Amino acid sequence: MPDRACNPTRNPFTHQETPAVGVVIEHLTKNFDSLKVLKDVSFSVEPGEIFVLMGPSGSGKSVLLKHIVGLEAPTSGRVLVDGHDALSENTREHVRMALVFQAGALFNSLSVYDNLALYPREHQTADEAGIREKVMRALQILSLENTAQKFPSDLSGGMKKRVAIARALVMEPQLMLYDEPTSELDPVMSATISEIIATLRDEYHVTTIVVTHDRELALGVADRVGILMGGKIIFLGPPSELQHPDNPQIADFLNPKIDIKNPRFKKLETQHE
Amino acid sequence: MKQLNVILEGIGSTLLLLVRSAGYIGTLPRQRARFIEQCYMIGYTTLPIVAILSFFIGSVLALQAGYSMQNFGAKQFIGSLVGLSMARELGPVMVAILLAGRVGSAIAAELASMKVYQEVDALVTMNIPPARMLVLPRLAAVLFMMPVLTIIANLVGWFGGAIVAKYTTFIAIDPPSYFAVLRRYTEFKDVMNGLIKAEVFGFAIVLVCCNIGLNTRGGPREIGAAVTRAVVVSLILILVLDYFVTKALL
Repeated sequence: MPDRACNPTRNPFTHQETPAVGVVIEHLTKNFDSLKVLKDVSFSVEPGEIFVLMGPSGSGKSVLLKHIVGLEAPTSGRVLVDGHDALSENTREHVRMALVFQAGALFNSLSVYDNLALYPREHQTADEAGIREKVMRALQILSLENTAQKFPSDLSGGMKKRVAIARALVMEPQLMLYDEPTSELDPVMSATISEIIATLRDEYHVTTIVVTHDRELALGVADRVGILMGGKIIFLGPPSELQHPDNPQIADFLNPKIDIKNPRFKKLETQHE
Repeated sequence: MKQLNVILEGIGSTLLLLVRSAGYIGTLPRQRARFIEQCYMIGYTTLPIVAILSFFIGSVLALQAGYSMQNFGAKQFIGSLVGLSMARELGPVMVAILLAGRVGSAIAAELASMKVYQEVDALVTMNIPPARMLVLPRLAAVLFMMPVLTIIANLVGWFGGAIVAKYTTFIAIDPPSYFAVLRRYTEFKDVMNGLIKAEVFGFAIVLVCCNIGLNTRGGPREIGAAVTRAVVVSLILILVLDYFVTKALL
């Protein structure tokens, strides 16, 4: 584990330091009626670490993320954030968590400025002048100064993602979670988002969990990578170990070969017959 | 059995939402901007349609009553019939029905789309309880605006009845006589009963529509389904509550 794991989380606005937080997932199982989405998943994320969770679509990555922020209740097992049960409302009082949703989840009826100002206003963390300073600083970090008065419907997909990250940043989080932060973005914008994730961790030591199937993002910024397939963690380790994976499932997921003569969907059809 | 479970679950989650919202009542003073915005949405924008409908309901009441009562030589009592009917029953029920159709559907649609597009989840992760920010200001606003709307509905309905009573040839009662009878038979207690009913209806409609909106899952189709469900449940609730509240107030 890198030395940065011991560093406290630094507030991007006040530069005050608070202890970085860790996440522990113990035997987490989640069923939706008869559908088993997560099957006895266990791993931990160290304080100050960037942990990237990869896996094919529908493997349960986003559901796992929702358990960490307490939006879903486990069927069995538990999730601890800084030692507190993620499901408890008190956990959100103890630990400042921010989730960057896949689609941004910006408040469509509010301007970009008001989206960012909502958290400090509701929690009365600063007066209006202080809030303005924080919001403009967050927009500046994400190169979004000109969008303050725009509404989410006026923004492109990449801008929405960056506004969502800026909104999360204003919360001064100790734990930052990203759900598919680079999906639907062009390669340059994806690289920009990856750089932002790494910079936020390096400068502010925020514990970071990223759910993605973007190989470049995972290999570029992760301290550790977990691969979730069929509801189970089948790989857990540093990204260097993913350069030449032994497991054919992982190899195919990370480096899928396009075989026009023998396509995958036809193989699947044959298997079903 | 499944249908019964759905109904019981709905009642349970609505009551839970009420308790949660009530727990944040102390935050209302600093949510005054949202409260005023909701008062505008619930009260001011509903006012024109309430006025139009009340006017014609009062008019029709006077017309029907005049037609029926002329045979008994009792048409001078039209004022009392219109006055009591509007104050005790038609004013509050009609305002509640309009509220369900106009405001309840809008609340359900807004909250359902916020839920479907994860805005409600975003609030939860930001440790901003939806009951505090989305439900409490609406409940406070409806409690404040329902008596205002009902009083206006009553006044406009009475006025509509007076116009018809004067200008319909087979009735031909001048406004002073009409209002004298109305005042003699319509007591303060009758108006208050109507206002209490209106408060109960309005509160129930907004609470139910908020709960249906916040419990929506799925995609855009479910938003439409949530709006339909919210309006249907509200209309049924108005009529059921009307019986029980009327019985309790008699």
